[in-house]
Parts: sequence; C-alpha cells; structure tokens
Amino acid sequence: MIAVVRAGPLTTVQDRGRPGYAHLGVPRSGALDAPALSRANALVGNHSGAAGLETTLTGCAFRLPSGGVIAVTGAIARVRVEGVPVSLDAPVSVPAGGLVDVGRATVGVRSYVAVAGGLAVPPVLGSRSTDTLSGLGPSRLRDGDQLPLGPALGRDGLPLGQAAPGSGAAISAGSINLAVRLGPRDDWFTSAAVETLLTTAYTVSPNSNRVGARLAGAALARADAPARELPSEGVVLGAVQVPADGQPLVFLADHPTTGGYPVIAVVTDVTGLAQARPGSTVRFHGPER
Amino acid sequence: MHIRSVGAAALLIECPADEVEAWRAELWRRRAAGELDVAEIVPGARTVLLDGLAAPDAGLIAGWAPPPPATTSPGELVTIPTVYDGPDLATVAALWSVPIPTVIDRLTETEFRVAFCGFAPGFGYLTGLPAELAVPRLASPRTSVPAGSVGLAGPYAGIYPTSSPGGWQLVGRTSVTLFDVDRDPPALLAPGTTVRLVRA
Repeated sequence: MIAVVRAGPLTTVQDRGRPGYAHLGVPRSGALDAPALSRANALVGNHSGAAGLETTLTGCAFRLPSGGVIAVTGAIARVRVEGVPVSLDAPVSVPAGGLVDVGRATVGVRSYVAVAGGLAVPPVLGSRSTDTLSGLGPSRLRDGDQLPLGPALGRDGLPLGQAAPGSGAAISAGSINLAVRLGPRDDWFTSAAVETLLTTAYTVSPNSNRVGARLAGAALARADAPARELPSEGVVLGAVQVPADGQPLVFLADHPTTGGYPVIAVVTDVTGLAQARPGSTVRFHGPER
Repeated sequence: MHIRSVGAAALLIECPADEVEAWRAELWRRRAAGELDVAEIVPGARTVLLDGLAAPDAGLIAGWAPPPPATTSPGELVTIPTVYDGPDLATVAALWSVPIPTVIDRLTETEFRVAFCGFAPGFGYLTGLPAELAVPRLASPRTSVPAGSVGLAGPYAGIYPTSSPGGWQLVGRTSVTLFDVDRDPPALLAPGTTVRLVRA
C-alpha cells in the first residue's frame, strides 16, 4: 500500500492504457511519456504493463508503510526519501514507513514513479489508467488516499536496476522538434498553411493537458471558404487537429476517439510533448508528404 | 472509395456514408479471421480508421472492397424503452412542421442503426432519419444533460450514456444502462447495432 501525503495538482495512476475500445468511444489513455513509465517499471523489476504514478509539474509525496523499492523517471526533479536526496532513473530502497517526496519538475513536466509490485487498483477495461476525458479508471490522487500494491515479482521479475534501452532519455529544455507526416487532411489547408506548419515555431499553451498539447503561433488557414464541416472521423495519437481558430492541437493519450476538425499532420512520437512545459517552443519537420 | 495515410501506422478509408457499415463489418470479419493485424477499427460518418496496423498497405485494403450495402445483414437489435417528454420536443416539432405526437410516431417507427461512436464511451451516433429531418444543435449547449437523455442533432439521434454537457435537442429519456465497464462488450450500442426507440 502507498499512503498519499501530498497529491499535487494532477497526479494519476497510469499504465499502458486501454487500447481496443476506440470503436466504442473509449480513449486509449495511458502514460503520456510511455517510455519513462516503462523505464521506471524495469528499474524496480515490474512487468512493463504495471501501473505507476504520473505527476504534473509539482510532483507528489507518499509513504510506503511496509517499505519497498521505487524508481522515479521522466522530468528532472529532486527526489527525497526520508529527506535524503536520491537518484533519478535508479532503483531506490525505501524503509518501512518511509516518506518519498518527488519535488517540482525543473526540466520537463511529468515524473513517473514505479513501486515494486505495481499499483494494484482495480483495472477498468483492462487498464488501471485514469482517463481525464471520459472519467474511466481511478480518480486523480487526493491527500490521504491509500493505493494497494501488487506482489513484488522477486525472483520471477527482472533483476533490479535493469532499465530498458534508452534509459535516462534526454528531456530537452525549452525547445523541441517533432517529426510529422502530413495528412490525412492536409488538402483542406492552403499550401501556405502547410509551409507555415513546417517552417515556423509554435509555443506550448498553458491550456495543454492529457487530452492534447495546445499550440499558439501562426494560424493555419483552410483552403475552403466558407469553411466546410468535416464529418466526424476516427483520430490517432499525435494527430495535429486544427480547429476554426487555426491554432493547432496535438492529441495526446486521453484524446477523443473521433473528431470533427481536419487533421493536417500526425506527430510520429508525442513523448517530447508529454514533457514540454507551457511556453516551450515546438517546431515540426517532415519530408514525408 | 479512397484510402489516406494517417501517420506511420494508420489508414483512413473514405467511402459514402451508406458504405461505412459494410466496410466496418468486412474489416471486422477479416481481423477475426487473422487476415488483418490492427489495434483499432474505428468507423466515422464517412470513413473507417484502421489504427495500429502492423503493415499499412493501402493497396491490400483497397482490394477488400465489401459487397454493396443492400446485402449487409442487419446488426443485433436493441430495443430502448423511451419516455418522450424531452424539453426540446416542441422545438423539434416546429422544425419538422408537425405536431408533437407525430414527432414521437416518427421516432418510434424509425429503425436506427449505430453508425459510429464517439463523444463519450458508449455514445452511438444513430442514423435512420431522413436527411430532411436533420435539426441544428442548440445555439447554447446545456451545461449538464442527464444520463439516458435521448437527443437529436444534425442527421443523428443519440443517447447520453453519462451526465455531461451537451448541445443535442432532447426529445426523451431512457433508464437503460448504455455503458457498463463490467459488461462485455461494455457498450450496448456498438457500431452496426440496430436500434428501436420504443415507447416506455
């Protein structure tokens, strides 16, 4: 069990999400920075599908009444166990009753905390992830919550400290480059708008959340005037949707399954956006047309 | 029919609205038969999205054009007992230029079909009303629509699975549970399902 002392503004339980239900309107959900959660799980000997915590900007604090092994990955943040600073991206032993404090992110946004055994809240449609769009899965953490842990894998699990390849992946401060493929609706936009998308810088808006990264910058003009309405169609993770105001929105894990605004391009890997702080600069590039 | 690439691992099949269900059913069948390795098959109003494709091969998919819509079998029938006392019944009657009882008759006589889902888990967009009966959304959406509310918007009917904000014209309500995570499948109204909104 973990006992939440300081939940932070938005700390949720996340795993790899609940794929396979998009046709019923169920978002994929899951960790925004999926590689970071995967590394944390590997470091404590969990299977990669185990559930951990995802924090937002200011971290969280909890006690481990029975002790255990944790690992914190993702954003650069100061982590203390019983007041003693400990390393990121490494397994850390916590004594019984020990207080784990994940501090404010100094680079990046989201920290991932894995505890040996994994968080064992009841799964919903095969996943323990909190879906902030539909409300499926456990509620966001509150001070005083107690979350059950599963049995640590011990001998059957991975050896402690064996992080997945790409461990400690760099989080870029302030500026990220995202590879995109144009389409499926790039033909709804002027060629100048496509050029603008690929050549100008956008800024991550403070309104960004688990549903999507809202970007501010040069408006992307539609080729049709007056604007047609796009019949609702299925959308994918990383879709760059352009609503009527022309400001792009990149869909992240809790995105709706269908949308009615044209998607000008699709980001190949959204991990960078999961760790992009408001005000960060985003540039898109992509030879694929 | 036209197939568009969507990122690195998805394809979007575009087809007329009345062919979407045939495509969905055919792709479902091929996935079940092991011919198609894909994570999600998501119908839309005039599209079917294949997301998480092991091999995004548009040429292969194009060769799978399904039989014409007239031959597709009707889906499972779900009957929804509906109390027709919605706050927007009079508005719909005025838009249709008929008395309220005629609105209710038209809705209870219509054989609907779940064209696609979205907006919320278990929210099905029901087709079956003729195009001339399409109604606009509310100019100002309600901040809270009760679960089970039956509404109309554009060419569609729909039922709110949970309480949420919403801009559909509400004509009635049902006590049927539309989405239950402990049920398999969790949604009562999956794409392809035939639906009748009978009087409760």
